[in-house]
Amino acid sequence: MLIQQLVVSFLATAAFGIIFSAPKRLLIAGGGVGMIGWLIYIEFTRSGIPVVPATLVAAFMITLVSLLFARFYKAPVTVFSVAGIIPLVPGGLAYNAMRYFVENDYNLAMRYAAESFMISGAIAIGLIVAEVVYQIVKRQPGAF
Amino acid sequence: MNQHLAQERPLMDICLLAGRIMLQNGAETYRVEDTMIRMANARGVDAQSFVTPTGIIFSIDGEDKTRLIRVSERAIDLQKITRVNTVSRAFCSDKLSIEEAYEKLTEIAASRHAYPIWLQIVTAALASGCFLIMFNGPWSDFASAFVCGAIGFSCALYFHRLTRFKFFAEFLAALALGLASFVLVRIGAGQSQSTIIIGSVMPLVPGVLITNAVRDLMAGHLVSGMSKGIEALLTALAIGGGIAASLFLVAS
Repeated sequence: MLIQQLVVSFLATAAFGIIFSAPKRLLIAGGGVGMIGWLIYIEFTRSGIPVVPATLVAAFMITLVSLLFARFYKAPVTVFSVAGIIPLVPGGLAYNAMRYFVENDYNLAMRYAAESFMISGAIAIGLIVAEVVYQIVKRQPGAF
Repeated sequence: MNQHLAQERPLMDICLLAGRIMLQNGAETYRVEDTMIRMANARGVDAQSFVTPTGIIFSIDGEDKTRLIRVSERAIDLQKITRVNTVSRAFCSDKLSIEEAYEKLTEIAASRHAYPIWLQIVTAALASGCFLIMFNGPWSDFASAFVCGAIGFSCALYFHRLTRFKFFAEFLAALALGLASFVLVRIGAGQSQSTIIIGSVMPLVPGVLITNAVRDLMAGHLVSGMSKGIEALLTALAIGGGIAASLFLVAS
């Protein structure tokens, strides 16, 4: 079950690399980033941690690994992080929000909309924190 | 003196060309500014650049001319950004002359998407199927998500070419995809319509815009960060609107 999730998340993220025209030699690394992010996300949510912190940690790790890969492969960070972030986007919640808006059930719609908004915020914060941590570590003498 | 002037002029051209390729293909605006200034600094001149998602203003200190480049058409092509990055690194460490770098950049600007369109559509469809599994959909719906993803993505590509009004293309693609999922569920090919839609809508998600918006805001590029954030929000709303419209059509 876990293996299956890892394989599909790797494929989905690498496929996004192709859609965004990422260089061929970086597709595997990009897929790996997405797989790591998704592994953290499902393991956290399965062990009962709420979705928002799980998303935050996953986004944090995706960005951190992407920054390291960017340094290693001498390529822009975006090539690695963009596709990895996409599985975390709250598509399901946004869909439910839309569906309840169409059904005129505004209470439920607002609930789902607020929740997907929170998750989007968690993705942004994860990105920011990773970048800040990376910059602080990089400034330490002898870090790399 | 004359030789100096003759050298200066291509330097500005090469910085602007590098900046334009990066901006047109989905680089963060702070990276565009940074690359252009680094390239100028590498040849011993100071430069100022101001980049927004729709234009570049660039001037080299001590020169009278300031130039403005308007960028109206944007796409996402990470390979071009990576290649410009490589060229600018080589240029900054003096491994490339101005002429060589200019030639390479012109070649990058003229190059096409790294993968043919059919492969993009197939991978978008494959990604849709994979997302269905990731969102706990059954394997029996994989084929439906695959088909819907292919329809949604090819509609988005087609309508982008047809109209310059970006959000309308996403709206129509989401609408087509929603209707296709309804038909597939109706004829018994798929079971859970909502999971199929959620999976197959993922290739349309503006992932580059979202990450770039956050990264630009962090780098202090408030104008670019805000406008990219709004663009991402509008794209998401267009997709949501398309799905909502398809659900509405099906319900009535």
